[in-house]
Amino acid sequence: MNAPIDGLRTPSGGLVDRTRRISFSFDGRSYEGIEGDTLASALLANGVHLTGRSFKYHRPRGILAAGSEEPNALVTVSRDAARVTPNLRATQVELYAGLIAESQNRWPSLERDFGRINDLLSAFFPAGFYYKTFMWPRKAWKALYEPVIRRAAGLGRAPTHADPDRYAQRYAHCDVLVVGAGPAGIAAALTAAASGARVMLCDETAQFGGSLLADGGALIDGLAAQAWVRQAIESLQSNRRVTLLKRTTAFGYFPHNFVGLNERLNDHCEKPPQHQPRERLWQVRAKQVVLATGAIERPLVFPGNDRPGILLAGAAQTYLNRYGVRVGTRAVIVTSGDDAYQTALDLKAAGIVVAAVADLRPEAIGALPEAVRQAGIEVLPASTVLGTEGDLRVKAITLGRVEAGSIQPGQRFECDVVLMSGGFTPSVHLFSQSRGKLQWSDALKAFVPAVSAEQERSAGACRGVYDLGDVLADGAAAGTAAGEPAATGAAQRRFSVSAPKRGSESYLGVLPQATSPSGDKSFVDWQHDVTTRDLALATREGFQSIEHVKRYTTMGMATDQGKTSNLNAMAIVAKSLAVAIPQVGLTTFRMPYTPVTFGSMAGTSRGDLFDPVRTTPTHAWAQARGAVFENVALWKRARYFPRGNEDMHAAVARECRAVRNACGIFDASTLGKIEVVGPDAAEFMNRLYVNNWANLGVGRSRYGILLREDGFIYDDGVVARTAADRFHVTTTTGGAPRVLGLMEDYRQTEWPDLKVWLTSTTEQWAVIAVQGPNARLVLESMVEGIDISAAAWPHMSVARGKICGVPMLLFRVSFTGELGFEINVPSDYGQSVWEAVFAAGRQHGITEYGTETMHVLRAEKGYIIIGQDTDGTVTPDDAGLTWAIGKNKTDFVGKRSLDRASMKAADRKQLVGLRAKQPGVVLEEGAQVAEKPGQQPPMILIGHVTSSYASSVLGHSIALGLVAGGRARIGQTLYVPMPNGDLEVEVTSPVFYDPTGARING
Amino acid sequence: MLIIDCPYCGKRPEIEFSYGGQAHLARPQQPAQLDDQAWAEFLYMRTNIKGVYAERWRHARGCGRFFNALRDTTTDHFLAFYKTGEPRPTLPAQHERTT
Amino acid sequence: MADATTRSLPSAAATQWLMSMPPAARFVLHGDAAARAAAAPVWGTAFAEQACRAEIGNGRAALWLGPDEYLLLSADIESEAALAASLEQALGDLPHALVNISHRQFALEIRGPHAATILSGACPLDLDLAEFPIGMCTRTALAKADIVLWRTAAEVFHLEVWRSFSGYVTGLLNEIALEFHRV
Ligand SMILES: [Zn+2]
Repeated sequence: MNAPIDGLRTPSGGLVDRTRRISFSFDGRSYEGIEGDTLASALLANGVHLTGRSFKYHRPRGILAAGSEEPNALVTVSRDAARVTPNLRATQVELYAGLIAESQNRWPSLERDFGRINDLLSAFFPAGFYYKTFMWPRKAWKALYEPVIRRAAGLGRAPTHADPDRYAQRYAHCDVLVVGAGPAGIAAALTAAASGARVMLCDETAQFGGSLLADGGALIDGLAAQAWVRQAIESLQSNRRVTLLKRTTAFGYFPHNFVGLNERLNDHCEKPPQHQPRERLWQVRAKQVVLATGAIERPLVFPGNDRPGILLAGAAQTYLNRYGVRVGTRAVIVTSGDDAYQTALDLKAAGIVVAAVADLRPEAIGALPEAVRQAGIEVLPASTVLGTEGDLRVKAITLGRVEAGSIQPGQRFECDVVLMSGGFTPSVHLFSQSRGKLQWSDALKAFVPAVSAEQERSAGACRGVYDLGDVLADGAAAGTAAGEPAATGAAQRRFSVSAPKRGSESYLGVLPQATSPSGDKSFVDWQHDVTTRDLALATREGFQSIEHVKRYTTMGMATDQGKTSNLNAMAIVAKSLAVAIPQVGLTTFRMPYTPVTFGSMAGTSRGDLFDPVRTTPTHAWAQARGAVFENVALWKRARYFPRGNEDMHAAVARECRAVRNACGIFDASTLGKIEVVGPDAAEFMNRLYVNNWANLGVGRSRYGILLREDGFIYDDGVVARTAADRFHVTTTTGGAPRVLGLMEDYRQTEWPDLKVWLTSTTEQWAVIAVQGPNARLVLESMVEGIDISAAAWPHMSVARGKICGVPMLLFRVSFTGELGFEINVPSDYGQSVWEAVFAAGRQHGITEYGTETMHVLRAEKGYIIIGQDTDGTVTPDDAGLTWAIGKNKTDFVGKRSLDRASMKAADRKQLVGLRAKQPGVVLEEGAQVAEKPGQQPPMILIGHVTSSYASSVLGHSIALGLVAGGRARIGQTLYVPMPNGDLEVEVTSPVFYDPTGARING
Repeated sequence: MLIIDCPYCGKRPEIEFSYGGQAHLARPQQPAQLDDQAWAEFLYMRTNIKGVYAERWRHARGCGRFFNALRDTTTDHFLAFYKTGEPRPTLPAQHERTT
Repeated sequence: MADATTRSLPSAAATQWLMSMPPAARFVLHGDAAARAAAAPVWGTAFAEQACRAEIGNGRAALWLGPDEYLLLSADIESEAALAASLEQALGDLPHALVNISHRQFALEIRGPHAATILSGACPLDLDLAEFPIGMCTRTALAKADIVLWRTAAEVFHLEVWRSFSGYVTGLLNEIALEFHRV
């Protein structure tokens, strides 16, 4: 273990517990931190600034900030092979005992990195380099460029095992959602809660208080800032209508005040509680939103501004006051305003040598600069920065003096930290996501919220209000207004505040430089390595829109989305285009504010719960019989029932023969069922389906076809009339919801005058198909109340009766071409009745069969499957189903479209049979059909195979296909081109088996 | 996720609804009377408005009813909800821009 | 033979907080106010005119599902057929649709201090007692399943779930509830 560098941790102060020491490792070396540390504060306490390599040039980079805006210190934190989280900001990672973190984007190590050569060769890596360079030869991409780029460009590594943790989601509703628990947010939550509103207050950090946590001296209502925060949070906690969420990032603002929050419940725990989700995604609907998202300190752009040890001044103050960490021993502060002077005083009081405060302003006057001078610190107004030195850590800075517009060389200071402050940039990300309109403020040199698009208001620093007293008042006013949007003139809560006045002076763009500046780069976007030169190049090459400059230079496109860089970039682009900043425009803020894990987004939708798995009443029976299941829509259906060592082919061949020669039993429960009831039921069906329903008698059924208005087949199924005013409509398994939706659409919006109603009965009935020449033998002794003899009960009959003592709706219907029945019984009886039929069928050779056998049997008969033999462009005539269309009907859905000339063209693709000349060859479904053999691509193709099977009953393979002018080609030889040559096929009728239908009527 | 004010059930989250496309398109009483061009217009031609759009929604995972809404496609804000069959409501002048 | 025919129920959840309810007789009644007026005396409960409200009495319930759609529940499964017949008789020639859906769905009851919170893990509605009071019922979403949700007491919710979704819905609720009800 490395001994901590003595003296970097202050002896007292801050929100850390020095008695609780925590060991952790970073890049394989052990360190010690204390309770309350982040990884960043602990590393700094150990003197470690170097935490990463930059993305493009692999320059050494250190911790820049103290919050979620950190662009440099990205780390991978891992607990085991499955729990590896890359791209975490060290500034947000809370320390726990045994934490293992690694730096990223370096190889082989942080100190010696081969990629650094990119920096030396950087003249060859300008903006747009990737667009310009890796164009050709094409083959080099896979072999050369891509592997190299991927290794060089990687940010972190992904876990190698499936994520074992649980992730939860929750919908939440509130009157007021307050985002950000700094002074403005807390004040807003207090006043909103006081009005009785349901309030949610969230903050991305582990502790409420925001900037107050790093504030050394402020008094609020007579209390020290941190004590005031404690008291306020306690008061909110005691209110049952308030929900407080720590470690919770509001990452996305969606229409109608729908806000996504990501709560991290136990990433900070040494041992996460066993049943607790790791993260929770909150989907919050708020009547009112108060954004109190604060502001981010703006870095300064000067040559060599990216060396480790160069930090934001406010970050240094936070590390000192909140974590008790001195970021260095000898500091130079470069600032555009008064704020950093307070930092200078705080640092000096903590024993850090402040070599100088370089002020960019021509003069440094006022109470704070005066106090700093009084403290014996050199103050240098009219300063600029000409360069820095140091390899893995800054060791000196050279200042310049701005005199009458020219740059004079200034002093060189040795130092181990440079603290910079360019003022503040309000965090308007969420406001902008909400589609609120921003306005440029010349005074603040920043965009601030102007016009809200939602029931939303911003408060505090995120709208450019910086002085603590004003911030609290602003937050309180926002909370009052949000809590009681109807009330006007409510008394405003005031806070008595004693704190140094906060300045709002800020700086934008590049610091003044001599005409031939030093060779070092001036970074604008740390994370994506975008420099002033890249931006200049982009504008020189003609990019004028900030959105284009962004994409060309990748500025602001890294995981930090340019939190610290966007405004400086805009200013630089504006200057080089010689336009005002608002004219350059602002790039779009997008969710997420900070990265959100896939686990959080997925929530419970994984594994068995990814999608509902729907099972039928006989599922357990099929499982016990060893069925192999397939997914059909959300259903699990038994596909085949292998016996012994049978593969699918053998099992299906056996099942097919059993149905054709004896009897099979099949679960058809998944078919959609819709009960169409009412005095106008027949009229409704007539208007909707192609068939004529008026002449369908009670107790009879018919094969129905439903088109869309464009004339193409939408669904099909057997429709039975069970009473004068009642139809039992069946649909395809997957089509049930959309058919019901289409029916409801016409019923409600086109024909509201019809007295008819629709009820889904799909799951009311278990459907047991008994098919085959022995089917009647099996059932005749079981069926009560229906004479199912051939004479009394022809094909397509329907009747109510009983079986096994339970009510039944019995169909004589066949999707196999054999004599067939479909027993409908209430679902809870499904398994019991199935078992009884199966037992009774034993002596007649009954065999259970699955969907694969069903497919073969129906294909042998040329029966289509919607979605397999049709594809949304097939008319009834194309499918050979013109016979189903009701004669003399003047209208039905889709009829007018069928009358268009193109729908009757002779060369439309028509359903035909395709029989391979080699009987053992099973064509590939989806294979194309050609008229001429031996073609080379691009071929002239006239159709494709839609269904294809080996038929054990026929002794040869069969296929259905859609072929242009197919019916006129029956008897012709066509060709199915395959990688190994053409397969010859004969065009046949789609009905391969029992073309006269003798068996079905048996 | 939008909030949609079902005329029957009140304000509900978008996840309960299915979208139904442009509103106020009535199926012709006698389609056979239409020539191909007119039929194609009915079948395929839809407006795509930047501004206030009358559209259909169905409270599919709720009361099941179709209804209509006026939505500003530039803001996703709804300006009115009304039952199927009711005329399109007149809005205050500032909303009636349709480009 | 009837004796041998047993009901196989879709769900057997039985914990402190999640219970499968016994089978019930269920009907969907579609029709206008006249149809409801005719059915109410036979059914024995009123039919709420207010949207999303249930009326209960004598082991029966009538839940508003849509402006002309009600879900009728009766604990008495023995008289399912007789109930249907007497409703049809009372409705007579009034335009209506009465459909037996006793087996289409089953019921779960979620109870306890975490009931609303657990449901909020997958249901997008505001289940605060003021927003979703006792007696409120509606079809809604529970993640990827559609359910009918009915609050029967401050901390008791009745869910009607299509039977094939039983594994998904009970699995989902158990997963969500794990952090509240440690096994
Ligand atoms: Zn509704």
